[in-house]
Amino acid sequence: MTAFPASGQPQPTPTDAVQSGSDSTADRDSVVAFRNVSIAFDGPPVLEDITFTVAPGETRILLGPAGVGKSVLLKLCNGLLRPDKGSIRLFGEEIATMPEEKLFPLRKHIGMVFQEGALFDSLTVRDNVAYQLIQELVPDDEIDVRVLEALTFVGLEQTFSLYPSSLSGGMRRRVAIARALINHPDLLLYDSPTGGLDPVTSTTIIELTMKERDVHQTPSILVTHRLQDAFTLCSHRFDSAIGSMVPLPQGQTDLNTTFLMLNEGRLIFDGSLHDLVHSENPSVREFLE
Amino acid sequence: MATISIERTAKQLVLTIQDYSLFAWRAFMNLYTEPRYWSEFLIQSDIIGVGSTAIVLLAGFFTGGVLALQSAATLAQFGATAVTGQFVGITMIRELGPVLSGIMVAGRNASSMASELGSMVVTEQIDAMRALGVDPMRKLVTPRIFACISMLFFLTIVADAFGIIGGGAVTVFLNHQDGTQYFSKAWESLRYPDIIQGLVKPLFSGYIIASVGCFYGLRTTGGTQGVGRSTIQAVVNSSVLIILVDFLLTRVLLAFFPPL
Repeated sequence: MTAFPASGQPQPTPTDAVQSGSDSTADRDSVVAFRNVSIAFDGPPVLEDITFTVAPGETRILLGPAGVGKSVLLKLCNGLLRPDKGSIRLFGEEIATMPEEKLFPLRKHIGMVFQEGALFDSLTVRDNVAYQLIQELVPDDEIDVRVLEALTFVGLEQTFSLYPSSLSGGMRRRVAIARALINHPDLLLYDSPTGGLDPVTSTTIIELTMKERDVHQTPSILVTHRLQDAFTLCSHRFDSAIGSMVPLPQGQTDLNTTFLMLNEGRLIFDGSLHDLVHSENPSVREFLE
Repeated sequence: MATISIERTAKQLVLTIQDYSLFAWRAFMNLYTEPRYWSEFLIQSDIIGVGSTAIVLLAGFFTGGVLALQSAATLAQFGATAVTGQFVGITMIRELGPVLSGIMVAGRNASSMASELGSMVVTEQIDAMRALGVDPMRKLVTPRIFACISMLFFLTIVADAFGIIGGGAVTVFLNHQDGTQYFSKAWESLRYPDIIQGLVKPLFSGYIIASVGCFYGLRTTGGTQGVGRSTIQAVVNSSVLIILVDFLLTRVLLAFFPPL
């Protein structure tokens, strides 16, 4: 198994039993570092004792059956939810106890794509994509240029003046990706970007996430329960010359794309594609089969 | 079983009051720190103020008319039909104008705020806003509260004016009394304390309408059904609070400005 692209970043240790321990320098150097994180909502814990990291340039694919807490974990990453226990470091800063007003500037460095896009109904595609820039009082001319650039990246420049209600589900997700990318984020969070979409549109979305990974090397966490999408991300790369994804040579996978798997609120797998497919964990095997 | 249920309800009530108090305080204090969204304030002022003018105007007009109709018969027994203008004017300005406009605006705008923000919650637009580094309290709640306070103030004046006009119309066209006498009595009997009483109340009502509407909207859970529930809670609670606060304010204001 060889890496593409070769980033030189330290690779995560494949393990079926998730390790826990004290705060370390590695946590501070990571883009995201969860340590023994637990959260519950008026009942049994939704997530329990979650520990993992996201290294610079790394793409982590979060797998698991529906309702297992994948979206909750993603929302913990940028402080939209607060853990009951544990530590979450984002760009080296502890956010588990950080006041909301201090989180806002930090969130500006993160792009998040929500499950259904979460576009603002009352705003045009241009204003949706430019939302952050408008708040920062960027001049209109510059906004137009940057919005067009972001929409071109997702192949939707023709939707500039349309309202979200006139877009299809797949187009809405792509606009949401453009909105997440416009400020060149340092971390991307994708919450089931292909959920409920047809296979062709799903492939387009996965190609976009791959393009962002390979062109800008933006670290990301991608939540999905579609194994096909996860395997495509691992076994393909984006070729800028031809403008589409191409398969990696036989037997090769992207080593910067690794897997996390949740089951019943616990992290049951943390490792590479190779380790995933050879895992002996019965829950992992059941999910894969 | 019943004791447990009462205990749970009581705890929930106390918790809701605590949450609402913190929410309302934070929304108010946001006005004193950056960023402030003035364009949102203007948009909301237009929606609340201009949008509610017709219903407030009609409600005021017909309430004034009903007051004149009802009072004329009673006043006639004492030979005091001449004071219909005074009766309608003072009642509208001190009490009915502020309360009616508050309830009309609550019905229209507390419901719209709760349903709009509730829909944004269930479609994750509020989370998206937070994820984009924008505080929904500052962007959505604070401008609505201050727009509602300022617009309800003017809407109350509109309701008062049209209430007196409505009373005048009934006095002249249905009761066949002298219009000049009606309006001059209404004008002469007015004192500054009456006007102060009438214009202090909408400041509180405006705050209640927007803060309760936004509070229930942002607390929405349970999908579209939850949006409906939030809307009902917003309208019911804001209307009841308006009447309750009106009673308390009247008690306090009467102590400051005792009737002659």
